[in-house]
Amino acid sequence: MLGRLSWAAIPFDEPLPLISMAVVMLAILGVLTIVTVKGWLPYLWREWITSVDHKRIGVMYMLLGLVMLLRGFSDAIMMRTQQAIAVGGAQGYLPPDHYDQIFSAHGTIMIFFVAMPLVIGLMNFVVPLQLGVRDVAFPVLNSVSFWLTASGALLINASLVIGNFARTGWMGYPPLSELAFSPDVGVDYYLWSLQISGIGTLLSGVNFVTTILKLRAPGMTYFRMPVFCWTALASSLLIVAAFPILTATLMMLLLDRYLGMHFFTNDAGGNQMMYVNLFWAWGHPEVYILILPAFGVFSEVVATFSGKALFSYRSMVLATLGICVLSFTVWLHHFFTMGAGADVNAFFGIMSSIIAVPTGVKVFNWLFTMFRGRIVYRTPMLFAIGFLVTFVIGGMTGVLLAVPPVDFVLHNSAFLVAHFHNVIIGGVVFGAFAGYNYWFPKVFGFTLDERWGKAGFWCWLVGFYLAFMPLYVLGLHGMTRRLQHISDPSWQPWLLVAEAGAIVIMCGIFCQVAQLYVSIRTRELRRDLTGDPWNGRTLEWATTSPPPAYNFAVLPQVETIDAFWEMKRRGLTPAQPIYETLEMPRGSPIGVVTAFFASVTGFALIWHIWWMAILGLLGAAVALLVFGWSDDRERELTAAEVAQLERARRGLRQPA
Amino acid sequence: MTVTTIDTAPAAIPTGVARGRGGGGPAPTRIVVAYGFWIFILSDIVMFSALFAAYAVLSGNTAGGPSGRELFNLRNVFIETLCLLFSSYTCGLGMLSAERRQAGHFLIFAALTFGLGAAFLLIEISEFAGMVSRGAGPSRSAFLSSFFSLVGTHGAHVTAGLVWLVYMVGQVLAKGLRAAVLRRLACFSLFWHALDIVWIGVMTLVYLMGAP
Amino acid sequence: MDGSARLFGDRPPGVEQQESTANFLSYTVGLGLAILATIGSFVVSQTDLLWAPGIPVGLVVLAFAQIGVHLVFFLHLGSGPDNTNNILALAFGVFIVFLVIGGSCWIIANLHANMMAMPAQMLH
Repeated sequence: MLGRLSWAAIPFDEPLPLISMAVVMLAILGVLTIVTVKGWLPYLWREWITSVDHKRIGVMYMLLGLVMLLRGFSDAIMMRTQQAIAVGGAQGYLPPDHYDQIFSAHGTIMIFFVAMPLVIGLMNFVVPLQLGVRDVAFPVLNSVSFWLTASGALLINASLVIGNFARTGWMGYPPLSELAFSPDVGVDYYLWSLQISGIGTLLSGVNFVTTILKLRAPGMTYFRMPVFCWTALASSLLIVAAFPILTATLMMLLLDRYLGMHFFTNDAGGNQMMYVNLFWAWGHPEVYILILPAFGVFSEVVATFSGKALFSYRSMVLATLGICVLSFTVWLHHFFTMGAGADVNAFFGIMSSIIAVPTGVKVFNWLFTMFRGRIVYRTPMLFAIGFLVTFVIGGMTGVLLAVPPVDFVLHNSAFLVAHFHNVIIGGVVFGAFAGYNYWFPKVFGFTLDERWGKAGFWCWLVGFYLAFMPLYVLGLHGMTRRLQHISDPSWQPWLLVAEAGAIVIMCGIFCQVAQLYVSIRTRELRRDLTGDPWNGRTLEWATTSPPPAYNFAVLPQVETIDAFWEMKRRGLTPAQPIYETLEMPRGSPIGVVTAFFASVTGFALIWHIWWMAILGLLGAAVALLVFGWSDDRERELTAAEVAQLERARRGLRQPA
Repeated sequence: MTVTTIDTAPAAIPTGVARGRGGGGPAPTRIVVAYGFWIFILSDIVMFSALFAAYAVLSGNTAGGPSGRELFNLRNVFIETLCLLFSSYTCGLGMLSAERRQAGHFLIFAALTFGLGAAFLLIEISEFAGMVSRGAGPSRSAFLSSFFSLVGTHGAHVTAGLVWLVYMVGQVLAKGLRAAVLRRLACFSLFWHALDIVWIGVMTLVYLMGAP
Repeated sequence: MDGSARLFGDRPPGVEQQESTANFLSYTVGLGLAILATIGSFVVSQTDLLWAPGIPVGLVVLAFAQIGVHLVFFLHLGSGPDNTNNILALAFGVFIVFLVIGGSCWIIANLHANMMAMPAQMLH
């Protein structure tokens, strides 16, 4: 009846996950109780859960990413602590079985449920506003994408208390991830949560490619698009081209595990190297899916806070597109040591070095943008400068690793761990934080507190260097990654420094939570009534903060790059606008309903509860068929209503 | 989402610049929908490419089991190919009738498309069943795993296409050939043609190159 | 709304233009050419018409020809005045497909050559 599921699935003998889950459960229950008692549920359902507004969906993505960051970070600090104390005779506090699950969950969560939601969340909020249009191409699909991502996150968190998670690392390499060596549900949690969220991500990619190529304000030709839109386009193209490979690869592993096939098994002709190959054919573009939008954020932030146009816009665009194409030609550098010959390794080594060139172009563009600018050191700009320094170091160690003979020494070492944290924290996470601080006033209509924000930045920056520079050293000393126990006591001082770094990063996270709390408490003092708190350059600053549901009552006419800057420079105030009736997409529960059934199906498949899986699939199919039948998906906002709303909004607004 | 008034004086939009592509403002829904679906189709084809790659790599790994040479029946494959080809043709003609608002013609072509697609599927299922009954199921060897997964994924797409077609016929009957229905039909036809393109790859790489 | 699409001449893939007779013709010509290519493929693979090592090449050429026929005559790609976006997307897709299939084959073949994979029989 319940497949593999029984009381034995709940780890009563391991207090740690149980206690943490109990705390989380209590918190969720508490929030739900408050929401119900206060009667906010209808509001939440109407305005957020079923919302198809790209701004709301963007906020929910960011929220998901930030919450999951807390989960992923607690995994990180547990690992750092284990490594710092389990040296020599000491065994630490995490048994190997538990430790293996933690490093697997940490990687999976940080990539798929922190970095991706943060990046896609920013894209969601910003891209339509920057393009000067009213929504993305497929607003309802956008809601489906978000809820499927959330469904994957839900499954991965369920693994904490019901059953266990994979012990295979976040790549899930066979044969370890095959049924013969991982017979329990851990790997299935990994596979199904990634499949479900992967579909969501793919649909987001399709949505944004279409939005950027087909929906832009009048006059906005390709070479008038803001750089963030270009990077979002490149990132979405990579999603569309790379995520299907991951879906197919994970499906093959699922077929091996569920139907006894032999894609990657040891016997009957299976080939494990094929999994590694296909995984990284997705995995390397994924790196650029994450970093390109961060590059876009920095381009906006650096230009705005230097008070100058971005240096060499065209080379920035070309570098973005170059990276987009080249990122598909380097994937073998993740497995130089697997046994390919010198010719193959040399080819991919050279390509990996070449891809550093367009990135270098970008770094110089940012530097030249700052050169002789009037730099305003607000929190987003601090993150941008911190990024420039940190990312260059990470990039250089990456070029080192791209040299195959060097990689044979450093492969799978702590050096590698330091390298990719260097680029992901220094690049993607700093980018997300810069974007969060930069666009927050646009989202909510008040600015974030600068003191806590800057304190958070310095903690993150210092904490990062303390936590990861020692790992470079340890990697050169020969320490491999994912060690549950350290046998060489001479490594311990470095590991203690790394632990201190993790604690400093924790302080940074605390500062950011405090920043949000303080800013909300004092929001009346920090209202942004201009809609343009930073003297911005692009169209999102042309509308009020927060923007109305329809973004722009009349679509702006674009004549140059940095369209809003140009409007301000020429002192263009819109003539008495002529409003027209707008068609707004209606909210739709289809996203959350589909995701509900997807979660049910995923959970049932993980536990081999076949009847429930069939019910879940049928439910999702029926929901989609019912939705697909309806034609009444838009509501009209009459010209008079728009005029009234605009008067109310503009009345509040003060000239910049 | 469709009104595009212009903030300042409506500067003349250069006639050479098409909407959505250049400077003319957002493209109409019809184009946005079809373009989005085109992108989705491309992503689906990339997914197939991973399956093709797996097949290409694993097709020699028969683990002592039967190889394609012993299993494939080219006569069936030829019939399957013709079924799909003609169904693409009737699907295209169905779209033409729909565009011209000829519901009767559309229904006839839809029925033909469905029949041809179903025939394809039946042949494929009987082929699969025959192989499994001969002990050449997907768990026999890596070659057969990759064969069943690649060809089966295509078959699953055809099945989904047939369900979708029935659903669309239902919409045409219930609502007539209005703009929203036509948009969905256009997506369906794109999907159906794309399946045919994938099949050309399957036919060539799997059957013709693997057969005696 | 649909009218403006025609006005501006932007066109998604697979959507008909106004002159339907031309389209009927295009579908029929496409069908004929595709059948020819299919028969060609089967003939090439089943007869000695081509020199044996050339058969795979011949098959691949015919497959591409047929895919081209489908794209042009069924999906009407490349005939419209404004198909740049559609074709660019297709080109990117084709590039990825080749990279994934070709790259995987090259890498795995190289691994086999260097690591001397055991023949299947030896595993049993």
